[in-house]
Amino acid sequence: MAKLTAQEPPLAAAVSSSQSRRLPPWVTTGALLLPTYGWLTIAVFIPLLAMFAFSFLTATPLGNKPIVFTLKQYRAFIDQPYLVGVGLSSLLIGFWTTFVCAVLGFFAALALARATIGKTKETLLVLILLPFWTNGLVRIFSWTMVLREGGFLDYILHLVAPQAGSIGFLYTRPAIVVGLVHGYLPYMILTCYIALSTIDDAIIEAAVSLGARWWVVLYKILLPMAAPGLISGAVLTFVPVIGSFMEPRILGGRVGVTMGTVIEDQFTQAFNWPLGASLSFTLLAVVLAIFATFSGVLKRGSVA
Amino acid sequence: MKTLGRFYLFAILAFLYTPIIVMMAMGFNESPLYQLPFSFSTRWYVALMGNTGLLTAGLNSIIIAVITAVVATSLGTVASVALSRHTFRGRSLLQLLLLPPIAIPWLITGTAMLIFFYWSGIGRGMHALIIGHVALAIPYVVIVVGTGFKTIRADLEEAAMSLGSTPVHAFYSVTLPLLFPSILGAALFAFAVSLDQFVISYFLATPGYTTLPVQIYSAIRKGFTPEINAISTILLLGSMAAILIFARFAKPGENRDPR
Repeated sequence: MAKLTAQEPPLAAAVSSSQSRRLPPWVTTGALLLPTYGWLTIAVFIPLLAMFAFSFLTATPLGNKPIVFTLKQYRAFIDQPYLVGVGLSSLLIGFWTTFVCAVLGFFAALALARATIGKTKETLLVLILLPFWTNGLVRIFSWTMVLREGGFLDYILHLVAPQAGSIGFLYTRPAIVVGLVHGYLPYMILTCYIALSTIDDAIIEAAVSLGARWWVVLYKILLPMAAPGLISGAVLTFVPVIGSFMEPRILGGRVGVTMGTVIEDQFTQAFNWPLGASLSFTLLAVVLAIFATFSGVLKRGSVA
Repeated sequence: MKTLGRFYLFAILAFLYTPIIVMMAMGFNESPLYQLPFSFSTRWYVALMGNTGLLTAGLNSIIIAVITAVVATSLGTVASVALSRHTFRGRSLLQLLLLPPIAIPWLITGTAMLIFFYWSGIGRGMHALIIGHVALAIPYVVIVVGTGFKTIRADLEEAAMSLGSTPVHAFYSVTLPLLFPSILGAALFAFAVSLDQFVISYFLATPGYTTLPVQIYSAIRKGFTPEINAISTILLLGSMAAILIFARFAKPGENRDPR
């Protein structure tokens, strides 16, 4: 501050002269925003439009092949019936992951909000959120160490019951769900916790003193009040899960065929980019529909 | 009820950390086939020192993360000034436009980038990775710095200006120092976002230029040794450290964004 005062006199003179030719406010605002939004336009918005255009081509335009437009890529679900099964399997994995996350996450948030205080609460919250910010691929890889035959799960089982067979379930659909739940549970706990931490203790005390049993408190007070957190947690779990491909690939093996892995294959193995683009865009339409449906709740629950 | 709650939280933490700890422990296990019982060895860390493929990819990851942190923090902070301090038409639309990079599944964004970059001649490789990573990190920077702005009173800047400071000078000498912890936090955040990014990198990397997660993914699919555990352990500890330092600058509970 002392430095500021020392510089004042010459600056005051400069201000009076510059004030007359100061730029209109929209120019400064525009100049501040242009780099960021220019960058996002080139890196995200135009690519999404380009993908939309690409989804109407007959084939990947390599070399001198003529560019022909078609709607056939969007008929893929009819022409290749196996895709319907793949789509259903993606939705099923999405529902199971979201459901397990919601149940585990709600009670974890409840325990965090009501059974811990002060420093313990803060430490626990940091510990729960920490894995969320580490590499998702490495965490999925970690599960193969636990779930495979003769892995950590079997090792623990054989310590207790040496004669038992293997309970390792790597390369199954439940394995995919376990890995995905591990990935998105911290987020669900956070959104539910934010909703639950606003509940006034007096409301619960009042209900209990009027004779409400614990399940009535849970069903009539806690669940409705946590609903915005549960819904935003559910949306923000379901959306990335139906677009996942690395998790089903690593934990699902042969049974891990989902929309995500089919799209990945179009770009890395089959080189059918137009089909990949139309499937990607269909997925995007589903995602946008979900966001539009829950935009009210998301606005209140997640964007402070 | 309280005991039950604490026990349940302990179980949740066990679920979250068991696979990570098992993975880390396996990096110190002698057996190349991950066989138990455990016998301590540092051979995989020694082997890692000679694995140029993984080490080069790791170095690429760090270089890209540093560039992403610098570029995204500069651009995002500048945009955050306008979004937090100026009022203009279309501001809420612009704030909404920050969401697609965060909210749309990366598979979709990544394949879209691949198509456009290929089509427009931008191509793949290091520059493409930087374009993609910066775009993903910018929204987080704007949100983190924007949260910082909310804690600084706008009238401090006005006070400086009424005492004869120019707007630019008032910003540099009053607002920026107060904002510095948020900016540093945002930079660490951008660094972590880039370091952990796999999906976008996967579509934009070339066989000659990959990042560590892409290299790990292809190793997982094509056969691997516990060297992967060793480098994964280093990667996890690195990003955990970055996030814990970040948490000191900005409270993690206040940045409520997906992924």
